[in-house]
Amino acid sequence: MTTAVSVRGLRKQYPGHLAVAGLDLDIAQGEVFSLLGPNGAGKTTTVEILEGHRQRTSGEVTVLGEDPGKAGRAWRSKIGIVLQTANDAAELSVAETVHHFAKYYPDPRDPDEVIEKVGLTEKAKSRVKSLSGGQRRRVDVALGIIGRPELLFLDEPTTGFDPEARRQFWALISDLAGEGTTILLTTHYLDEAEALADRVAVIARGEIVAQDTPRNLGGRASAEATVRWTDERGEHTERTAYPTKLVNQLSAGGRELANLTVTRPSLEDIYLDLIGDKA
Amino acid sequence: MTTAPSGASPQAGGSATRNPRKATVPSGASPQAGGSATRNPRKASVALPGPLALGLARGGTELRQFFRHKEQVVFTFSLPAVLMILLGSILDGPTALAGVTSGQLLAAGMIGSGIVSTSFNSIATGVSADRETGALKRLRGTPMPSSSYFIGKMVLVAVSSLAQTVLMVAVSVLLFGLKLPTAPDKWLTLLWVFVLGIVSCTLLGIALSSLAKSTTGAVAVVQMLYLVLQFISGVFVTPITNLPKIMVDIASFFPLKWICQGFRSVFLPDGAVGMEMAGSWELPRVALVLGIWCVAGLVLARLSFRWTDGK
Repeated sequence: MTTAVSVRGLRKQYPGHLAVAGLDLDIAQGEVFSLLGPNGAGKTTTVEILEGHRQRTSGEVTVLGEDPGKAGRAWRSKIGIVLQTANDAAELSVAETVHHFAKYYPDPRDPDEVIEKVGLTEKAKSRVKSLSGGQRRRVDVALGIIGRPELLFLDEPTTGFDPEARRQFWALISDLAGEGTTILLTTHYLDEAEALADRVAVIARGEIVAQDTPRNLGGRASAEATVRWTDERGEHTERTAYPTKLVNQLSAGGRELANLTVTRPSLEDIYLDLIGDKA
Repeated sequence: MTTAPSGASPQAGGSATRNPRKATVPSGASPQAGGSATRNPRKASVALPGPLALGLARGGTELRQFFRHKEQVVFTFSLPAVLMILLGSILDGPTALAGVTSGQLLAAGMIGSGIVSTSFNSIATGVSADRETGALKRLRGTPMPSSSYFIGKMVLVAVSSLAQTVLMVAVSVLLFGLKLPTAPDKWLTLLWVFVLGIVSCTLLGIALSSLAKSTTGAVAVVQMLYLVLQFISGVFVTPITNLPKIMVDIASFFPLKWICQGFRSVFLPDGAVGMEMAGSWELPRVALVLGIWCVAGLVLARLSFRWTDGK
């Protein structure tokens, strides 16, 4: 399997502050990889180094076979970046903006198809400045994918979306992933990482503290389950590594348990645990 | 080198079995998927678009954005004209040379100031704004080279400076009786002073934008420089010989003084040369100073240009 992103011992020193402290990361081609972490953990710095926006202090970084700190136009034509904050091109229409950006790339997608893909066909003739926040984010996404990127960077793409817009956006990302695009997603929303990512990594204080599939992160799958039920003596809560056995015992003889739930820690529980350890 | 998406499918073998969601997709995305989704083979053979063609495309976009910004257009173009009308009305009167009014002296110089405003001022603030809004950062993430960005700005400056000059000349002719030159060599002078003037000032504007921390900062710095230079270059105070020599000596380091001097040589009768500091139009020196600033501006712009605010 080909590696899209490979990072070894990445460090970024700002004056008086080590933002990234020896970080290792591997992302396979075709994978949707999500980077989670609190503000100031080094997430954005790391991603910006991978995008070629920032120079690193030390460490080895290879993105699509090249060092992003030195890569040229051919390399940039293979990546797509959806920025967290951009307010430009406000006086152009959606269609003008997307058509213009298509000219930068050697083999762009069809601009009108891209506009349709992000659900802005009805707004194609509107000036970008007249769009709502969520619609502007979709323009950002359109510009990120217009060049047919092999690797797409999404930096907190759904901040400010309403729930319906977020679901639509997730469908779009799954669609791109299905076409084989490698995606690096940073997000604050754990449900988003869980819905989209093949693997997630949690970053805290400039280091990766855990990485796995969302299902297994931080020993989530094997963690003790919590069994809750109610009987004549009131509510019960028991933590156990063997919930099936416990439920079996409790319900022996066909007894029905009221309000029975068996839960594993949510991704959020695990995440808060992980970043709590480091704080 | 790059494996097609279908390469990530089950046969990828023992190495990676951690892609459960993907594993369900490949059946659709593998070989038979055909026309729609298989993209990599096309890619390798297509060349990157040329920087000049992209620069011209950027120029078109820059012009569209500029002219759609109504207030910006109105104020950019009218400010030098309004200043000229006000100052010209207040200060108009005879000069040492019969047939040339101080209004005409002012007007000839202010046409030069006008193109500094549409080049230096508008680029210094425009590039800062592109940096602040994230436009430059977004462009940095695309295969568009910085040279195309600069070419685009040059196109914007060329068109807006031409429009500015036409407006200023029209007002000067109508209100101050300025005469359009008839001799071809004067038109030629107009052309090269115009071109060297906007090229040097655009490059210096790009360089200055990198020094300013924000757009508001850039606007403040630019306004200050522009106003001071207009005073010490003999634009507002005419003829220039009324200024203390030390001021003009300082102004002589910068393009504005030479652009205005070149324009006076074009729009004023030959006898007006007596009202110049050197008693001559010094056209070779005008060309030399502006030419040096074009080269220096290019070096400064390239050395100082930053795509983003961070490092």
